[in-house]
Amino acid sequence: MKESKLFDVVNVALLALIGLATLFPLYYVFVVSFTDPSEYIAKQGFVLFPEKWSILSYKYILSTDSYLRATGVSAFLATVGTVLSLMVTASLAYGLSRKRLKIRKPLMLMVLFTMLFSPGIIPHYILVRDLHLINNLWSLILPALSSGWYVFLMKSFFDSIPPALEEAAMVDGYNDVGIFFRIILPLSLPAMAAFGLFYAVGYWNTYFNAVLYINDPTKWPLQILLQNILIESSTSSQGSGAAELMNERQLPAQTLKMAAVVVATTPILLIYPMLQKHFAKGVMLGSIKG
Amino acid sequence: MKVVTGIRKDLFLYALILPGFLYFLLFKYVPMWGIVISFQEYSPYLGFWQSPWVGFEHFATLFNNPDFLIIFRNTMVISMMNIVFYFPMPILVALMLNELRLKRFQRVIQSVIYLPHFLSWVIISGITFLLLSQSGGIVNKLLVEFGREPYNFLTNPGIFWQLLTAQSIWKETGWGTIIFLAAMAGIDPQLHEAARIDGAGRLRQIWHVTLPGIRNVIVTLLILRLGSIMDVGFEQVFLMMNSAVTDVADVFETYVYRNGIQQGQFSYSTAVGLFKSVIGLLMVIGANKLAKRYGEEGLY
Repeated sequence: MKESKLFDVVNVALLALIGLATLFPLYYVFVVSFTDPSEYIAKQGFVLFPEKWSILSYKYILSTDSYLRATGVSAFLATVGTVLSLMVTASLAYGLSRKRLKIRKPLMLMVLFTMLFSPGIIPHYILVRDLHLINNLWSLILPALSSGWYVFLMKSFFDSIPPALEEAAMVDGYNDVGIFFRIILPLSLPAMAAFGLFYAVGYWNTYFNAVLYINDPTKWPLQILLQNILIESSTSSQGSGAAELMNERQLPAQTLKMAAVVVATTPILLIYPMLQKHFAKGVMLGSIKG
Repeated sequence: MKVVTGIRKDLFLYALILPGFLYFLLFKYVPMWGIVISFQEYSPYLGFWQSPWVGFEHFATLFNNPDFLIIFRNTMVISMMNIVFYFPMPILVALMLNELRLKRFQRVIQSVIYLPHFLSWVIISGITFLLLSQSGGIVNKLLVEFGREPYNFLTNPGIFWQLLTAQSIWKETGWGTIIFLAAMAGIDPQLHEAARIDGAGRLRQIWHVTLPGIRNVIVTLLILRLGSIMDVGFEQVFLMMNSAVTDVADVFETYVYRNGIQQGQFSYSTAVGLFKSVIGLLMVIGANKLAKRYGEEGLY
């Protein structure tokens, strides 16, 4: 028994440490973002708990047009993109889960192969360019609408819906489209919520596609703007918009940068409790089957 | 004929799959056709049809380029370090979580360590800079406080790979535990009971019951990971890269991005991307064969 007690104590202590190691960077970002600028300068950035809290950095960030615009872009991606992604992916996955679909096997192979082989960045870029989607927000949605991974995860979910259900609906005169929208989707709402949250986080975190396809700063999603703020102030290049304003307002670059990080993360933190409720299910659905 | 009557009978089912089918056709298969330009001297004005053919010239250029060995080495080292140092972490933490008796504490720890998975690489690189920068980073402030010299974390080629590995561990360890915890939940409690009656302590139970119980999940995931050895986190490398560490940071995708998108060498960089994808495909097929030989289910 003694060995077991010791084991428990060590185990709890180690896990608590791991938890703290995960939280500390986030806590530090949070604290710096709320630290009074003069205190931050006086302590030369060595702030673990501010004496004076301040929302100056936030006031500044939230008053800039670029931040509001970029948030609007990312919100657009996360809503419109998520709805379209769910529709396209779920309807394909549902079709693939119905055994009477004649082209089921070749279609599944077609989807599977895209998970094993990708032609690379340039051919995708040329396609988006030839579709005249460069500098168009749809370039951040359409190429990312679906993925083989999500199709197979959803398919394995729909596999568990008994065919008796749709047979009964067919007797009642529904066709497949009606069955899908009126019966299957409402039944699958919890699963759809889980997949929707995953898609929404993916769209909110869109970064690299925007590096490739969006050159126009007025159409930047949040992550690109954030990266620019982070780089700009760390190299303190002269003449750049953010750096200038920081000097004007005498805001230290760090508090401003961290306020930007917090603002960009908050939506994820807000939906995180919901995500958490669903994601274990979502991940395990497919991963167990491999 | 059979197919046609099949389509007519299930017309609405086909209507349902049509958008998804078109998506995969347009955005996943049309680009595959774009691979042809890696065998051409592609010019945007001439297009796919009129650009002159050059055979394997771009591949020859790649293999003769000293950069090739560098990006190949960097890709391999970053991937291997990920497998050696990151891969065991979620297994260890899942074992620890599984042994917890305080269920509320377990839930709190899980909520905390899953969180970083949802943060973007932009945010994580930003936090990394905040913590580690040489002038203002809190870690260096602490070092100075304890009378040490400030350490160069961010523009130091000597620790760039370790830095990436540490970031991956921080971001994904918690999330990675989910699948192992699920596998552990499936172990028959009677096995633990029997081991306990035979006098096995906690560590021996972990070693002789829990670990063997999740063995096949570990093997499958490890083999899949080996299959994707050519893939390193592109956004992560791209965001952490700077001129001081280019020699150790450049990987296939960053190389393709620089040469293709920034310098407009479409044909050459498509060839580089194709080489990477073909090796990647061979690795996945090989890994899958290996998985099946060991009696696992494999990916397909």
